[in-house]
Formats: sequence, C-alpha cells, structure tokens
Amino acid sequence: MEFFRIKKDIPVMRHALAFNIISLITFVLAVLFLILRGLNFSVEFTGGTLVEVHYQDSAPLTEIRAALEQAGYSDAPVQYFGSSQDVLIRLPLKLHDDDADAVSANAAPDTARQGELVLAMLQSTAVTPPDLRRVEFVGPQVGKELAENGALALLFVVVGIMVYLAFRFEWRFAVSTIIANLHDVTIILGFFAFFQWEFSLSVLAAVLAVLGYSVNESVVVFDRVRETFRKVRGMTTAQVLDHAITSTMSRTVITHGSTQAVVLSMLIFGGETLHNFALALTIGICFGIYSSVLVASPIVMWLGVSREQFIKPAKTKDPTVTADGACV
Amino acid sequence: MNRFPLWKNIVVLAALLISFVYTLPNFLGSSPAVQISSNRATLKVDDKFKPRVEEILAAANIENMGIFTDTTGIKARFADEDTQARARVALEKALNPAPDAADHDYVVALNFLSASPQWLTGIGARPMYLGLDLRGGVHFLLQVDMPGAELRRLDSIAADLRTLMRDRNLRYAGINREGRSIVLRFQNDETRTKAQALIRDRFSELALAEAEAANVDNTTRLTATLRPEALQQLGEYALKQNISTLHNRINELGVAEPVITQQGADRIVVQLPGVLDTTKAKDMIGRTATLELRMVDETPGALEAALAGNLPYGDELMTEHERDGRARPILLKKQVVLTGERLTNAQPGVDDNGQPAVHLDFDASGARTIRAITGENVGKRMAILLIEKGRAEVVTAPVIRSEIGGGRMMISGSMRMSEASDIALLLRAGSLAAPMEIIEERTIGPSLGKDNIRKGFDSTLWGFVAIVVFMCLYYRMFGLISSIALTANLLFLVALLSILQATLTLPGIAAIALTLGMAIDANVLINERIREELRAGLPPQAAIHAGYERAFDTILDSNLTTLIAGLALLVFGSGPVRGFAVVHCLGILTSIFSAVTVSRALINLIYGYQRKLTHVSIGQVWKPEPNKAR
Repeated sequence: MEFFRIKKDIPVMRHALAFNIISLITFVLAVLFLILRGLNFSVEFTGGTLVEVHYQDSAPLTEIRAALEQAGYSDAPVQYFGSSQDVLIRLPLKLHDDDADAVSANAAPDTARQGELVLAMLQSTAVTPPDLRRVEFVGPQVGKELAENGALALLFVVVGIMVYLAFRFEWRFAVSTIIANLHDVTIILGFFAFFQWEFSLSVLAAVLAVLGYSVNESVVVFDRVRETFRKVRGMTTAQVLDHAITSTMSRTVITHGSTQAVVLSMLIFGGETLHNFALALTIGICFGIYSSVLVASPIVMWLGVSREQFIKPAKTKDPTVTADGACV
Repeated sequence: MNRFPLWKNIVVLAALLISFVYTLPNFLGSSPAVQISSNRATLKVDDKFKPRVEEILAAANIENMGIFTDTTGIKARFADEDTQARARVALEKALNPAPDAADHDYVVALNFLSASPQWLTGIGARPMYLGLDLRGGVHFLLQVDMPGAELRRLDSIAADLRTLMRDRNLRYAGINREGRSIVLRFQNDETRTKAQALIRDRFSELALAEAEAANVDNTTRLTATLRPEALQQLGEYALKQNISTLHNRINELGVAEPVITQQGADRIVVQLPGVLDTTKAKDMIGRTATLELRMVDETPGALEAALAGNLPYGDELMTEHERDGRARPILLKKQVVLTGERLTNAQPGVDDNGQPAVHLDFDASGARTIRAITGENVGKRMAILLIEKGRAEVVTAPVIRSEIGGGRMMISGSMRMSEASDIALLLRAGSLAAPMEIIEERTIGPSLGKDNIRKGFDSTLWGFVAIVVFMCLYYRMFGLISSIALTANLLFLVALLSILQATLTLPGIAAIALTLGMAIDANVLINERIREELRAGLPPQAAIHAGYERAFDTILDSNLTTLIAGLALLVFGSGPVRGFAVVHCLGILTSIFSAVTVSRALINLIYGYQRKLTHVSIGQVWKPEPNKAR
C-alpha cells in the first residue's frame, strides 16, 4: 500500500502567491472576528463561579433558572453540559462598585461561597436533589495573571523557536516559520471568536501545543530543503522547495492523520471537558499542514533563501558540519 | 551494519524491564484503608498502638486485611469501601470519645492504599499520583494578605513604642499609625533625638525619618516605616505560619493526604483529595482570628454621649454579650494595648469558678506590656476582643483586680466549653497569621473524577488502536515494530510519571494521547525514509541504515522545537496547563528514545542478522517507471 505515487515534484511554488492571498484573507478575517466578537473567555480568565450538577433524570432548566432568579442571579447562564442530565451554571463575579482591585477581606469569602449557596439552593428545591459534579471559583486577580502568563508563554515559544531555528538553519527559516505558525494560532483564535466557543485554559494549552507541533511540520520540510540544497546542484530555489514539499508529502499526511486520529478519539470519547481542547487541536492540525507547507515555504523563498547559505559557511566555519552535511 | 552492540541491547531491555516494574502498581489498583495518625505532637502512633486498633476492630466485628505502621501512623486495609466506612466510624468512636474535634488525640481518615505487594512499594514503585480532577476533592488557592500583615505589625510596634517611651520617661505627644508608617510626635527636638537613638537601638526593623512637618500642633515629628528586609521577613514568616496553621486545622478535618504548599511569594495551595464538604473545609481554612486588648472608656457620661451619637474622640462603640444572652453597649478606646501577635499559646480550660475559659500565654514583650497596663489600671476594665473576618467581637471586659505578671491571662465569660476550645484553636492558629482569602476554588465530585478517568482512558485507547491498525496495515513489519515502539513509549511515560509522582490530571491524560499521536511521527519519518532509500535502489540493509541515520536529524529538530513549546507551558502555565505540560515534555523525551532506539533494536534483531536480505516487509514500495523518473 502506498498512498502517494507522485511522479514529478508538485509545482507548489508556482501558485505561491495565490496561497498566500488565501492565507492573508483568512488571517484578516480571523483578526476581524477577534476584534468584533472577541473571545468567549472561560471562568478561569474572567473570574466567577462555575457549578456543574448532575440530575438523575432530565434536568429542569426552567426551574433552575427560576430558582436562580429568586436568589438574585437573574443573568446567570444555565445550560446543558454534554447531556440533558448535566447542567452547567455560570455565576459572574460580584463586582464591587468602588474598586475591583480593593476586594475587601469581608466581601471575598462571600464571593467564594456563591457556589455553595447555589448548590444548596438547587438541592433544596428539586424533587430529586442533584449530585455535585464540580464547583470552580476563580477570583479576579487570578484571571488577570492567567492572561498575562498566557501572553508570556506565547512570547517565550516564539522567541525560543526562532532562536533555535536561526541557530540550526537560517534566520529566513526562523522568520517564515514563525509567521506561518502565528497565522495558525490567529486562525484558531478566529474560529473560537467566530463560533463563540469557550476559550479556557486547556484551549490555551492546545494552542501553544499546536504552535510547537506545526513548527515541527515546517522543520521537516526545511530539513529537506537544506538537504536538497547541499546534495543537488543546479536546481532553482523554487524547484528545491517543490522537491522538499513533494518528498515529505507522504509523511506529512500520515503523521497528521495519526495525530488527528488521536484528537478525533478525544473529540468522541473525551467528553465536554476535552471537547474544546480537541477542537482547537483539530483546527490547528488542519491549518498546520497548510501553513507550514504553503505559507512558510513561499515566504522563505521570497526572503531569498539560496544554496550558498548552506554550502559556504559550512565549509569555512567548521569541518564537523561538513561531515554532518555529507551525511544528511 | 544493522547490529547493535550488546550493551545497547541490554540498555533497551533494562529500560523496558524497569519501566514495566514501575508501571505495575497502576494495574494492581488500590484497596480501601483507614489511616490513623496522631493529632498531638507528644503522642506517637507506632507499633505499640497496633494491638489497640486490632482490639477495636475485633470488638466491632470488622474484618481487616492487614494492619501495618509507617512514618505517618497506622494503616488498616479492608475488603471493600463499605467495611472501610464502618471501620472508620468504629475507630473514630473508640479513639476520639470527645465530642469536640479540638480535643481529639487522633486523626482517623479514609485512605486508599496501593494494592501492590510489599517488594514493589519497597523499591518506590507507586501508582501514578492522580490529580483532584481524577479522584475528586477540593482545591483552594489562598492569597495571604501581606499588606494586612504589615499594618498589624505596625500596630503592634506602635503599642510597643508607647510602652518603651513610658518606661524611659520620654514624653511624647502621640504615637499613631498613619497608613504604612508610624508617626511619633514630640514636644521638642531634644526628646525626639533621644527617642530616635532609642528606637534605632531597640527596633532594628524600623527605618526612621525626621519629618519637619508644618507644625500644626507645634510638635516635631518622627516617621517610622518597616525596612524592606523586615517587610520581606515578615511576609515569609506570615506565610510559613499560615501554612503550619492550615496543617493543624486540616488535620482536624481528617483528610488522608492533604497537600499544602507555597505558591509564589504570597499564595498557598491547599488540596484535599476526597473532601467534598467544602463548607466545612472553607470554614476551617478561611477563619483567622486574632486578639486585641483594649481599655474600656469609663469616663462618666462618655457612654451616654456615645449612645446619643456624640462619640468621644479616639473611642469606639461596641456591643458586649452578657452570659445571659443580653447585649450591652460598651465604649472602647481605639488604641490597642496588645494584639494577638504577642500570643504564644492558647488553651481551653476552666476558670476558678469552674466556668469554661481560655488560657492565654504571651511572650516576654507582651508580658511586660500587660504588667505595665494592668499595674497602671487596677480597678478599671479592659476588654478582650476577638477579631474574626474583619469583625471585632468583645469576648469579655473584666475588671482588672491586680497587676498581672508572667504573661498569663485568661478569658472567661459567656461561652460554652466547645466555644472555649474553638476560640483557643482559632487564637492558637490565627495568632500570628496574616488574613487569607480564597482566590480560586475547584471542587470535583467523585463521580466526575471517575468519569474523567474513563474518558481520558478511552480517548487514549481508541486513538492508540487507530494508529496501530493503520501503521500495521501501511508499513507491515515496520509498522508493527513502530507500534511496539509506541507501546514502549507509553510504558516509559507511565513509568516515569509513576516514579516522579508527578500529578496526573485530565489534561495530562490528553497530553499522553497527544504525545502518542505525535510520537508516531518519528517512526513515520524513519519508515518513509527507508522506503525512499529502497526506491532509490539501495539494498535493504543499507536502506534501513540510511533511513534511520538520515531521519534522526529531522526527528531531533522537530522534537526540540516541540519541547520548546512544552517548556514554555511548563514555566508559565498553571493548574490544568501545567498538568498538560509536564506530561507533554516527558512524552517528547521518551518518544525520542523509544522511536529511534527501541524500534531500531527490534529491527536489528529481525533483519540485522540476515546475511542475504533481499526483501524487507515495509509495505509496498512504489517505484516510478525508470524513464519518467527525475
């Protein structure tokens, strides 16, 4: 069995401009959605209380809403979570009128107790009292930090990967890889903004994992580019890139297929908790293939990568690299 | 060329064996147990205590599956959770007859013990440490109120300064805390200079500044603030104190394996596996009580004026609860004589009349203040206030009969015995700690925990099966070997997580699944490369060799970049993200070893010893027709 019986190198680079225009449009759309709709941040980021309860029978949403309204949470969203027996209630933080930062020692325990109050109320009103599945409370100061740490992590990944690629390959590869991958990240975020899927901490983890993963993808292609530059003479840069993309195509699809198989299994069996995590990964994997092959490669070409960058310095600098190069 | 030296094979075999052994406890499961540990520092639960436990269980007709001791106390295993619950009740009743938790000598807690044999536990093989989202329980993140601790420290220093000035006969016009500093006012420069020298000498933690303020009231001023080092020390001390306080309180909740650790400069994480009663847990955690001694303003007519709305300057109107349940207004001076910071111990007991009371011990400085104040104010009333969650309550306001020396005092008043022990516990525990607030809370019910394990397991299993089926179909023998390598990767990862006792959470399980999906990449790279070499016309042995050799660079590059992302998550992530990152990073490391070394060892064993190898089972290698080839 062999899926890919490609006789000639696929002339990907001929259509480079078209691909990049498509990318640019998706990118701009994603940014637009992010600006216009914004991300639907989870309780972890915004602060607030989350109560998940499990009913023996189908959960009486209207009764729950009525009970909540009586308790003064009229705008608290109540929804099914995974099945009609599980209900998720989101309670916003009680905002202090004067100053959100100066949460007094007196008020905080009350905020932290919201979850308990609601649970006790639900258990007293229902005919068959629901089981507690989970309660999450996040104070306002935590959310702010999480957002900051998320941004820092993103920065760390971007800088770390760029330095590594610049060191192992060439700065042109580093720049194009990062552009391609940030484009992926933006598009994932764009999806989350467009569909208003909940953006939780685990989604953030997925986004950063995708960043590492699809860099991986570009690295495989660029590894081939480097190798081809060193081994074969007389090919134009576009041809080298075409050759690299074509010869890694089979691996690209199989690897992504395998990863997607696992992610799909998470989507099917992982339940609500892993759902958005798996969703972010799915989008990331699909766009990862596309961007690392069809976005990163054209950019590296336009940045002016050429054979000389891999041959000359290797010879003059360090004899071990030449030995390495011969082997690769 | 495709043969490993003996040592390499041995390394691979040893790694697999060791991993297998350390993975075992995860399959053997756990059995329900009851854990008994001491609640008093002076009391030891050791081998000598074992017969007593056996006795109690025998008396209650409960069969156990073994009782043994370890460093934490005695543990008894039971056949099922029902017996476990009954045993706990029986033990609790027999060992802690007192109705009040504060008087309990022992902590009797439900626990689950690894069911693995002794020799496994002996070499440190334990099951993976499951996070709260998998086993159920409560997680709290507490913020210690450092500014509050600073203000309280300043208050107590101000009180000390007043005593000191009085002792040295230095007349001051006022010593008050204003914001984050203490302002001392003097009538003339001379006194100020003397005071300055004295404070420098006695209070090294204070930084002094002469404030040549516009003299509204014709005084010269001195401003004292806490030095940054002192402030830092104060913070560290408050945090440490709070952690030990939490330990004491949580012990009384009877939790088997509580986790109480510092996070960052001013935060504490508390994790209570298996605890669902958050109300009780929060009560125990969130409560901080402190003590204040203040003089009662007994100026004739002052109370009446205050009640009429004319509060005398520097006074505060409070309510005193009488023993008969009546509430009476009482006028207190705002100035604090002494705070709970000087308290070294608090114990419940009885007073001379046999009424419930709390005995208080103060440190040397506190004792001096008390002697001075009580000596000066014989016949007057002094109020003892309990401050809990920012609310002050007058516990009692007795008349000072004589000078109190030795730093021992007693609170007796309208309280029951249980209240006395509650107050004692709170004072003891809350005597030095800075207030805390809960800034994050997660409660996971046990049913959700079990669900999460199942969901995580299913996701991993079916993803794994899909990959194995595909690999075996597409790459035949090489696919089978890749699958074995992938299994080895899973084995290594689980073993590593078990050995390190890293917390496994649901995102962690997701990371295991994802790592497997990504780890197969290395084998795909190798197999594709070998096919390519075969296509290029290399003989099988050379193709295998070249395939592994050339793919390695790519594998290393791609894994290292993924590792960079993983590390970023580890460094900056918190909570679920960190759980994901730990497993992700470990998985990347194990996958390099298993995909490259383990699979190669197997390939070498199968193909490396065949002298005339003409065909390898790597699926169909399609070759373009020669005339059309590049």
